[in-house]
Amino acid sequence: MQQRTLIQVEDLTHVYAPGTPFERVALRQVNLQIAAGKRVGILGPTGSGKSTLAQHLAGLLKPTVGHVLLDGVPVHSAPRDHRLQVGIAFQYPEDQIFEQTVFREVAFGPRNLGLDEAEVTARVRWALEMAGLDPETMSQRMPFTLSGGEMRRVALAGILALRPRVLILDEPTAGQDPQSRRGLLARILAWQEETGLTLVIISHALEELVLSPAEGLGQAVERLVILKEGQVVANGPTRHILSDDALLNAIGLEVPEHVKLLRALRQRGRKVRTDLVSAAEVATEIAHIWGLTPPPSPSPRRGGEEERRA
Amino acid sequence: MNQFFPGLYLPSDSPVHRLDPRVKMSAVLLLMMAPFALPGPEPGRRDGFWGYLLLSAFVALVSVVSRVPLLALLRTLRNLFWIGFFMFFLYIFTTPGQPLAAWGGITATWEGLLAAGAQIYRLCLLVVTASLLTFTTSPVQLSHGLEALLAPLEGLKLPVRELAMVLTIALRFVPTLFEEIEKITKAQRARGVDFRSGGPLQRARNLVPVFVPIFVSAFRRANDLATAMDARGFRCSPHRTRLRQLHLGLQDLVAVLVVLGTVLAAIGIERLA
Repeated sequence: MQQRTLIQVEDLTHVYAPGTPFERVALRQVNLQIAAGKRVGILGPTGSGKSTLAQHLAGLLKPTVGHVLLDGVPVHSAPRDHRLQVGIAFQYPEDQIFEQTVFREVAFGPRNLGLDEAEVTARVRWALEMAGLDPETMSQRMPFTLSGGEMRRVALAGILALRPRVLILDEPTAGQDPQSRRGLLARILAWQEETGLTLVIISHALEELVLSPAEGLGQAVERLVILKEGQVVANGPTRHILSDDALLNAIGLEVPEHVKLLRALRQRGRKVRTDLVSAAEVATEIAHIWGLTPPPSPSPRRGGEEERRA
Repeated sequence: MNQFFPGLYLPSDSPVHRLDPRVKMSAVLLLMMAPFALPGPEPGRRDGFWGYLLLSAFVALVSVVSRVPLLALLRTLRNLFWIGFFMFFLYIFTTPGQPLAAWGGITATWEGLLAAGAQIYRLCLLVVTASLLTFTTSPVQLSHGLEALLAPLEGLKLPVRELAMVLTIALRFVPTLFEEIEKITKAQRARGVDFRSGGPLQRARNLVPVFVPIFVSAFRRANDLATAMDARGFRCSPHRTRLRQLHLGLQDLVAVLVVLGTVLAAIGIERLA
């Protein structure tokens, strides 16, 4: 596993509409490193600067102060192809769809890269498959006739087809039902595992960034960066943050239901871990408290070790 | 909102903000016409200097009273750059008079320079005055005022209430539309569209991935809005009542007199002296 720093945010401050009555500081002196091949979650309430930070990571905004470096090169001022190593899906990415067929929509990015048609076709097929859409039946359909969930997957395929090294997803599951939510997240995490890309997921719900969306995938993100009023208030491995009651209370974040359950058990005088990310892990822990089985199965422990290496 | 749009309503509680929109709109109309009633700098005639000075001073005074930042006001002039640029060359080369400089067949004249300056200044005054109205009057008040001012035209079968409603909705959605354009532009930049380079044809083509989604969402939004209005039983009927009725007060009378006085004084100095 690579541990090289891929993205470096140095002293980043962003001010919207400077010098006007609408001036607003969205980010204050943010410092941050993201290692290659990691899954990172950016968490914070509405207006905390998450989306602004995401756009900076993709080089779409000019820092008011500070730098955002990708491979040591400022990503905003670098040539286009350097910036295009970062793919970004905005909230409701289906809003960006404009082509007449799904194929052309997904091919738009690769064509802008100047790839030849054979490569474009191969990438479209690959991206559609990754997004869980059948290239045979979908390619020639009109995007505007698809369902909302399908449109979102087409839009994500359009970004994936650029084959970015870093993928930023701003609230990728917003406005979807719980099942599609988990399905989409599981699919995204599977891409990350398969391609080794660096994944940044933005959300306002701790639960979404923590809970394992499918068996065997572990926690949704490995690291959490928590923003509040434009400042980084916490930055660390997901499980550490999850078990740090004092920190979570100080930030005032709504903790996931299963953490509330585990805390309640602890209040009744039991020694209970709260850094758990799936129903299976919680079941193992509770069974352990009841003395039903020998010490917890190795899966959460292994997760813990991964954290320490990260 | 992350963006500042020149000319957008700046909420405040200044005396200008509190004026009746009908008064403000009539006053602004008068102030906008005034510069054109002043003499331009024509050979052998007065140059209108004192009239312009008086009008400019009045506009500056209103901007101070209304607490609109001077910088915000001057920013609205940026939109005039190109039109000012063309007017400058048009006037400087086409006005007959004392030659200033000549290249080939075209001659720049001293009179042309003066005329260009005066015309551009009139235009700036026009835009600043109009911006003062939009800075200090909310879209709802604007359309309410317009509806009241145009009400007499109802007799001519002009759909005044419908027009006012269309105006309110249009003004309401201007910032939303700009935000949407910005978001989609960024999304397409992240997919490799380069809006800053390429020939005119390529640049025009680059607009498709932005404007198709904008139109799609604008139509969807219009539909939603129509449904929401329908669901609340909205009709442009003459019996519709309003939450806030317009009332003329003492301050409105004072404002009318002050504006009228200023405009008459400005024209008077130049015409009578």
